[in-house]
Amino acid sequence: MNPQRVETSKQAPTDPAQQNPTSGADIVVQTLVNNGVDAVFAYPGGASMPIHQALTRFRDQVRVILPRHEQGGGFAAQGYARTTGKIGVCMTTSGPGATNLVTCLADAKLDSIPMLAISGQVGTTVIGTDAFQETPIVEVCRSVTKHHYLVTDVNDIARVVREAFHIATTGRPGPVLVDIPKNIQFQMVVPDYNAPMKLPGYRVGTERATPREIEAIAAMIRAAKRPVIYAGGGIISSDASEELRALVAKTGIPITTTIMGLGGFPGDHPLSLDMLGMHGSVYANYAVDNADLLIALGVRFDDRVTGKVSAFANKAKIIHVEIDPSEIDKIKRADLAVCSDLKYALRELNAIVEAPDLTEWHRKVAVWKRDEPFHYNLDFPGIVPQHAIHELYKATKDRDTYISVGVGQHQMWTAQYYKFREPRRWMCSSGLGTMGFGLPAAVGAKIAHPDSLVIDIDGDGSLLMNIQEMATCYCEKVPVKVMLLNNMHLGMVVQWEDRFHAANRAHTYLGPIDHPEATGLGNGITPQERYYPDFIAVAKGFGWSGRSISAKKDLVPAIEEMIAAEGPYLLEVQVPYQEHVLPMIPSNSTVQDLIKE
Amino acid sequence: MRHVLSALVQNVPGVLSHISGMLASRGYNIDSLVVGETEDPQLSRMTFVVVGDDNVLSQVRKQLEKIITVVQVDDISSHEHVERDLMLIKIAAPPDMRGKIGELADIFRGRIVDVSPDAVMVEISGPEKKIEAFIELMRPFGILELARTGRIAMVRGCQKDI
Repeated sequence: MNPQRVETSKQAPTDPAQQNPTSGADIVVQTLVNNGVDAVFAYPGGASMPIHQALTRFRDQVRVILPRHEQGGGFAAQGYARTTGKIGVCMTTSGPGATNLVTCLADAKLDSIPMLAISGQVGTTVIGTDAFQETPIVEVCRSVTKHHYLVTDVNDIARVVREAFHIATTGRPGPVLVDIPKNIQFQMVVPDYNAPMKLPGYRVGTERATPREIEAIAAMIRAAKRPVIYAGGGIISSDASEELRALVAKTGIPITTTIMGLGGFPGDHPLSLDMLGMHGSVYANYAVDNADLLIALGVRFDDRVTGKVSAFANKAKIIHVEIDPSEIDKIKRADLAVCSDLKYALRELNAIVEAPDLTEWHRKVAVWKRDEPFHYNLDFPGIVPQHAIHELYKATKDRDTYISVGVGQHQMWTAQYYKFREPRRWMCSSGLGTMGFGLPAAVGAKIAHPDSLVIDIDGDGSLLMNIQEMATCYCEKVPVKVMLLNNMHLGMVVQWEDRFHAANRAHTYLGPIDHPEATGLGNGITPQERYYPDFIAVAKGFGWSGRSISAKKDLVPAIEEMIAAEGPYLLEVQVPYQEHVLPMIPSNSTVQDLIKE
Repeated sequence: MRHVLSALVQNVPGVLSHISGMLASRGYNIDSLVVGETEDPQLSRMTFVVVGDDNVLSQVRKQLEKIITVVQVDDISSHEHVERDLMLIKIAAPPDMRGKIGELADIFRGRIVDVSPDAVMVEISGPEKKIEAFIELMRPFGILELARTGRIAMVRGCQKDI
C-alpha cells in the first residue's frame, strides 16, 4: 500500500484524456482511484462485468481480489477498513450476488465501519419486471446501510460515488451501497469528476464540543471520587487513542473498553480494566457498578454492556461524548451529553483537565483486579481454548500482528486474553455477531498489511461458515494464519444450554447425528476420537499447510510453526467443549447476578 | 403526547420508503404521514403526527435527521401553528335529505362537490377535531365512503428559524 497515494486530495487529475466520452464502468473505477482505493474485493457476474472489464484497465492502480463468496468479499473489505481506517470496497453482481452482501452491510452498519459496496443491477429498461437475477437491493438494504443509491443516469456516477465515499468515511462511519444498472455501466459520457456533491441534509464536521461543555466535563472529573472511563469503538473511528491515553495519564482514571474499543487503550496498562459487560472482567463490572462518575466515550450502551439498563452504573453521573446525536439518551439518559468528535473533545479536555484525588479508588480497583483476574483451568490434561489463546498472545504480542475472530466463545476468550496495545489490530464482528467473519476479515487485513502477521482465531462453527475463503488465500497469495479451536460444538450456545436449558442439546453438536453427543448423551469427545470434519485435510485440499494438536506439550511449538510458515497455515487445536466463558452476567441482569464459576 | 413534526426532504426516489421503513422498524407510532412537493422542486415536505413521550419524540426526530436525504426537521407543535386535514365524504342522501346535509356542511364551511340521485359528496377541511365532529354528524345519514389526506401543518407568523 502506498500511503502517499491514499492521502491525495479528492480533486481529479486534469488529464485531457478524461475529457473524452468514457463509459460508466470506467468512470466508476476512475472515481475509486481518485479516492485512493488500491484494493477491491469483487466477485463478478452478468450485471457487474463491465466494471470488471474496466478494472483490468487500471491494473497498476487497483488490485482486485476475487473472494469465493460475496460475503467473503464483504468481510474482507471490512478487514481492510477495520485495520486501516480507510474505506473498504467490495463489489458484486445483481440479485444473489447483492443479497449475499446484505449481512456484511448490516455488520458494517452496527460496528460503524466505512465500507463502499457496489452492486451491478439489471438494465434500467427491465428493472421492476422480475428480470433474471433482479432484486431491488436498495430496497432490501435501506435499513442496514448508512446510505444507498440506485444510479439511473450515467451523468450521476462520478458524483454519487464521491458522495458515497464522503458519507461512508465522515461523521459516524458506515456502509454505503451504490447499485448500478448494467446499461448505465456501458453508457458513454464526458465525466465530471469534480461535480459538486448534492447533500443538503448531510452536515458533518460541525460536531465540536463547546468550551463550556469541556469545562463542565473537567468540573465533573474534578469532583469525582470514583470515576471510570467507558470507551468504545468511537475512540478508534475518531483516531483518538492517543488523546485517550493522555487523558488517563493526566487524570489516573481507570478505564474499561467495549469489545469495539479493544486496542483503543493499551490492554496491558495498569489502569486498564479490560472489557466490561456480559463477559467482561469482574473488576470492570465492579468498577462501573461502584462508580460515581461514568465517562462514556464513543459508545452506545449496548445491551451486552449494560445488562439491565436501570441497574447499570446507577450510582454514577454519566457523561456521554458521542458524534451521533441519535445515540445520546437512546438507552441511558446522560447527565452531561456532548455531541462531538472524540479526538477534538479529548484534546480540548486534556488541555484543562485536572487530576482528582483517586488514591482510595485506585486501591479498591487494584484489589478487585488482583483478586478476580480472568482465569482458566491449567490442570486440564489437554488444551483448554483459553490456554491456546493465551499462548498465542504471548507468542505474538511483540510482533506486528493483526487478529480477527469469528463469533462465539473463542471470540470472547480472545477479547479477554489478548491484550491489544494499539488500535486497529483487532477485527471482531461485535454488534451483529456474524459467524464466518474471521477468515475473510483476515484476508482483507493481510491485503492491507502484507508484511504483517495476520491470524484468525476461529471456532469450528464459524470457520465452516466461510471456509471457501481458504481458496482465496491460496490463489490470491494471501498467507493468513488460522488458529482453529475445534470443540465440535457451537460452544456459546452449548454454554447457554448448560446454564439456562438444563444442558439439553438442541442442534449444537457439529458431528454426525448418530453420535451420542448429538443428543447430549456422550461423556465428552476423547482425544482419540476423530474430530469432524478433518479440517487439516480440507485445508490441504485448498493448498494450505496445517497441523492438528491436542496435547499440551505441542501447543507452543505448533504456534511457532504456524507463525513461521510461509504460506497460509491452519493450526487446529482440539479442545474440550465443556469450558464456559466466565465471568458471565446473564442477559438483562446486573452485577449482582454475575456468574464466576 | 401528540406531536406534529415537519421534515424537508430531498425529492429523490425512495425517500418515502426509507423514512416509513425507519419508523416501522424502530416501532414508532405514527398517526398520520403526509408528503407533498414544496415551492422548490428539489425538496418535498413530510408532515408526521407522532404519538409518544418526549423521549420518543426526540428519538424520532434524531433518527429522521440521521437519514441523509432529510434536510431539516422541525417540531411544529412546539410553536403556535395551524393544522389542517382535507376530507372527501360521500353520504347516502335521498333528495329530501340533501338540504339538511347542505346546511350542516355550510355550518362547517364545507361544500357539496358532487350530487347523484342517492348520494352527495362533501369536501371539508380544518383541524382534526372539526373533521371528526363532521363525520359524527354525518353518521346517522349513512357514510358511503370517506377519504382524508392526513395532517399538514405550518407555524404561524414568520419565524425565520423554522
